[in-house]
Amino acid sequence: MSEVTAGSVVGAVPRGLFRRAGTRLWDFLPAVAVLVAGVGLWQVLVTVLHVQRFLLPKPTEIVSALTGNWHVLWSAGLFTFREALGGFAIGSGMGVLVAVALSRFPRVGRALLPYAVAANAVPIIAFAPIMNNWFGLLNPLSKMALSAMICFFPVMINTLRGLTSVAPESVELMRSYAAGETAVLWKVRLPNSLPYLFAGLRVATVLSMIGAVVGDYFGGSTQSLGVFIVNKSSLFVFDQAWAAIVVASVLGVGFYLAVGLVERFALRWHVSTRGTERP
Amino acid sequence: MTGGPPNASPDGAPAVSIRGMSKVFRGRGRGASEVRALEDIDLEVHPGEFVSLIGPSGCGKSTLLRIIGDLEQPTTGPVLVNAKPAHQARVDGDYGIVFQDSVLYDWRTVARNIALPLELAGWDRDRRSQRVTEMLELVDLTGFEHHHPWQLSGGMQQRVSIARALSFSPALLLMDEPFGALDEMTRERLNMELLRIWERSRCTVVFVTHSIAEAVFLSTRVAVMSARPGRIRGIVDVDLPQPRTNETRVDPRFFELVATVRRRLRGMEDDAGVVVTGEAEA
Amino acid sequence: MRAERALTTLAVLAGLIGLWEGYKAFAEALHLSWPFRVNDVTMPHVWDMVGQLFEPSRLNGPLLLHVLFDAALYTARSAFVGFLIGAVAGFALGVALAHSRLLERGLLPYVVASQTVPILAIAPMIVIWLKAGWLSVAVIASYLTFFPVTINTLRGLKSADPRAVDLMRSYAAGRWDVLWKLRVPSAMPYLFTALKVSATASVVGAIIAEPPASIQDGLGGAIVNFNQYYLSSPASLWATIFIAALLGIGFFGLVSGAERILVSRAPERVA
Repeated sequence: MSEVTAGSVVGAVPRGLFRRAGTRLWDFLPAVAVLVAGVGLWQVLVTVLHVQRFLLPKPTEIVSALTGNWHVLWSAGLFTFREALGGFAIGSGMGVLVAVALSRFPRVGRALLPYAVAANAVPIIAFAPIMNNWFGLLNPLSKMALSAMICFFPVMINTLRGLTSVAPESVELMRSYAAGETAVLWKVRLPNSLPYLFAGLRVATVLSMIGAVVGDYFGGSTQSLGVFIVNKSSLFVFDQAWAAIVVASVLGVGFYLAVGLVERFALRWHVSTRGTERP
Repeated sequence: MTGGPPNASPDGAPAVSIRGMSKVFRGRGRGASEVRALEDIDLEVHPGEFVSLIGPSGCGKSTLLRIIGDLEQPTTGPVLVNAKPAHQARVDGDYGIVFQDSVLYDWRTVARNIALPLELAGWDRDRRSQRVTEMLELVDLTGFEHHHPWQLSGGMQQRVSIARALSFSPALLLMDEPFGALDEMTRERLNMELLRIWERSRCTVVFVTHSIAEAVFLSTRVAVMSARPGRIRGIVDVDLPQPRTNETRVDPRFFELVATVRRRLRGMEDDAGVVVTGEAEA
Repeated sequence: MRAERALTTLAVLAGLIGLWEGYKAFAEALHLSWPFRVNDVTMPHVWDMVGQLFEPSRLNGPLLLHVLFDAALYTARSAFVGFLIGAVAGFALGVALAHSRLLERGLLPYVVASQTVPILAIAPMIVIWLKAGWLSVAVIASYLTFFPVTINTLRGLKSADPRAVDLMRSYAAGRWDVLWKLRVPSAMPYLFTALKVSATASVVGAIIAEPPASIQDGLGGAIVNFNQYYLSSPASLWATIFIAALLGIGFFGLVSGAERILVSRAPERVA
């Protein structure tokens, strides 16, 4: 007994740790290989085919535009990311709340579904002028509102699916304990919906950045990435525009991965994150 | 289906022949441990026999069945099916398998589910539909061609699963607790039907079960297995008269055989029938 | 049953309109300026929005409804072609990734990352490369369509019951047979969920791609146009939004209808 406690206190390096670290690196190798090959191919093709600079710049040119304008790009990136984060929070929050409300009244939910689909079918840029009109062109809230609108639907619909795809037996069990709807919600539906919620959140991370960038299409602060891209594109300075796109993309991916990490922690118990051991 | 199945083993050769086979599962990840699922398995099944594998949970009987079907590979020891390596037997379509879950395709009707192996084997449409009709008659489900699996009861689904397994007349039928999920009455009825099908098709059956009564009622021989590691502890010959009927279930000899199998399972008797006391088994 | 469904839908619509008008009346009465100032420009009356459809879109011109209808048809063409391209490409890519772990690990990150690139930014470049008018709009629309289809095809193909896969192995079935007789049918529910998302995404993509392509005949052009005149005629932009939404719903409905015909599954047992 004492050996066991001593071992856990000292925290011996678990056998096979290095093996696991090695496997992780091996997993990333194909993606890295594709990146290197893809970028290399791009560089070669553009040079060999003498593609005009304003059509598609070489990767090297984009990199130099990136390093040359780093400060502007990075602060613009952060500025836009803040808008995206705000939109993500608002949109996801509302999505979860509405999903919870609809799960209580499924008939209302079914009746609202066509309207939700319709609202989702309208491109965000149609609402951009209206948001600018409501909150002011330079107010970050106008872009956050757009970002929130774009995040709302995937989170709402995924959470709703999670809240309602509970096995009937689980609910019946709760009824046998004379538990009310609220208890069923907290103890059964919400935990059941977590995997779905996170699937929706991951989609929303990517969309939130896009919403924030696209929101600037009809005008916005010059400190933002969207305005930067539009300006440089209209001046045909595409290497800088691409550099800004790379920044937007990297921030979006980073956001996605961050939420993925939170998901892995929160869903430790779930089938998809458990390892499988053959009996 | 007159005559023996087309792909039976050559005259005299056993349908299944296993010698000194063992299976070790290696764990993955931290502190990789080994599980000795099966050790030193010797088993011979002759054509036309009905052999049951019975044992406690974790004794490896399902693993053994899957190894015969080449769905798992043994760690050591040759496994011959119809006098060929198990892999070749699978490729040649020498056996049909039935699982505890009927594993029917929701998107296919009953008829198309039964026809699945025939489609894969390249049979033409007329031949397929004729065989499907025969099979449905065999399992007493004529008229249900166009139903979907979820419209049938559990027992009916299993009958479709059996019809599918036999559709291409394999010499060997592997069954992994096929009636385990059904109620007792349905199970007894399906036991009778299975025996009837076995007599008519003259195939060989290897049958995994938890139920001692079922094993004794159906089989010509019962292989009793022990767990950790899985071994064949003994084989009990079931000398009840054929064909088995409902009267067989109340035959005194039936009860004796059930008691024998039970004692073997508990490790209180060895193969020679000598009582060995003091050995308890979970 | 049908009548009840229609009645509830109308009731919800009435409820939504009521919410809009109610908030408008409430905010105007109290001169609220947070979260935003409410007046006839920021929140036109619903009946003004509908009424605008029956006004001429410009002096002595055709009715707005007519103009928007034509624009919707124009956009629908690009959206539909984009949807087809994206669906086929997405499905093929999903099949490829499901069959090769190596491909999956190598390509999937970039498939996901591709969606982080704001379409508005690269649309002008694609238009210049392809020089093809509405077809380049379709290609841009397919960019938004292929992603959900790829991800869901991949998940769906992998979701086949392992016992069913064992059964196929017992028949010594080849990979092609396992794919088309087991994995693809298992994947259909997932595939159609993605196609429904893609249906609306293709409309969105087509509309977004039109302005950079300098196309004025579609709904995208209409939006840019009415944006310029928002202060003088806010209802026109709202009316355009409605028509765009109707187009999206129409596509969604088509795919739902196809799903009901093509996919037969056990009814889901959910509470």
